[in-house]
Amino acid sequence: MTEHLVLRVISKLLIPPILLFALYVQMHGDYGPGGGFQAGVIFAAGLVLYGLVFGTAAVRAVAPPRLLVVIACLGVLLYAGVGVASMIGGGAFLEYGALSADATHGNHVGIIIIEIGVGIAVAAVMTIIFSVLAEWR
Amino acid sequence: MDPQAQGPRAIDIYVDILLLVLLVAAALVVVTLRNLLAAALVLGIYSLIMAALWVVLDAVDVAFTEAAVGAGVTTVFMLLAIAATGRHEKIAHRRPWLPILASLAVGGLMIFGTLDLPAFGDPQAPAQQHVAPHYLEQGEAETGVPNIVTAVLASYRGFDTLGEVTVIFTAGIGVLLMLGVASRRRRAGESDDDDTGDRS
Repeated sequence: MTEHLVLRVISKLLIPPILLFALYVQMHGDYGPGGGFQAGVIFAAGLVLYGLVFGTAAVRAVAPPRLLVVIACLGVLLYAGVGVASMIGGGAFLEYGALSADATHGNHVGIIIIEIGVGIAVAAVMTIIFSVLAEWR
Repeated sequence: MDPQAQGPRAIDIYVDILLLVLLVAAALVVVTLRNLLAAALVLGIYSLIMAALWVVLDAVDVAFTEAAVGAGVTTVFMLLAIAATGRHEKIAHRRPWLPILASLAVGGLMIFGTLDLPAFGDPQAPAQQHVAPHYLEQGEAETGVPNIVTAVLASYRGFDTLGEVTVIFTAGIGVLLMLGVASRRRRAGESDDDDTGDRS
């Protein structure tokens, strides 16, 4: 798609705000609509747009599949790890209140961390599926 | 919003009717189209209308997901799948009477089932009386998170969400193993200099 000047210019303008918006949705999921899942999908949508306009090799250069697989694993492990950390803190699995002396504060911190885990796992998996499907012959 | 106290405004009803008519029209177009490329695009429009309906129902978190996943990423995945296979549906030579009958029967039963549901937005409905009052009243004090949807998904139902993330993870690994490895092997067979960057 190297011919489409308008598409290329508009995409270059749009992709940074899309990625920034994904981070906004990630960090404001506890106050407004959204959360890790939506943020991950929006972040991946930015990379998908990049791949559609500039080719999958460009996405591969930014986000190598090997790295994406590691990030996806880290996301799930981060989530489960918070659960284990709660158990070490003296609570049940995923009882975030045990993460801090103040149960409400512990809950808030736990939610933010697991949302980050969800976000990076979803973003990585969506980008993996896009790259694999786009390159399948 | 309590419908008994306020009563639905006329504009709300018009918007609902417009969106629902568009939704049914989009669904019918998807079913009848033989061109799969067009069908995938109309399916994206269907998701966008659905997202608007979620907004009307005050379910903004679901609307967000529907717009990002249904209208956005899934449409791209469908288009890529069509590009990899073929863009025209095979025409069936005999009428699929049994599936049509089964669909109509199941659809009829589901509509029959809705007759017993509590009225829309009824505050006395069992779903509104079980754990929901606790979440709404204590959610912010217990979790420190004002968005109750996030509090429920991430904390009260945290184990479910862990399961969902695992499902998504498994889907990604499955696609990578089935399609990624197969196409990489095929390309490696064609030319040895290709794709040396990410052998796993």
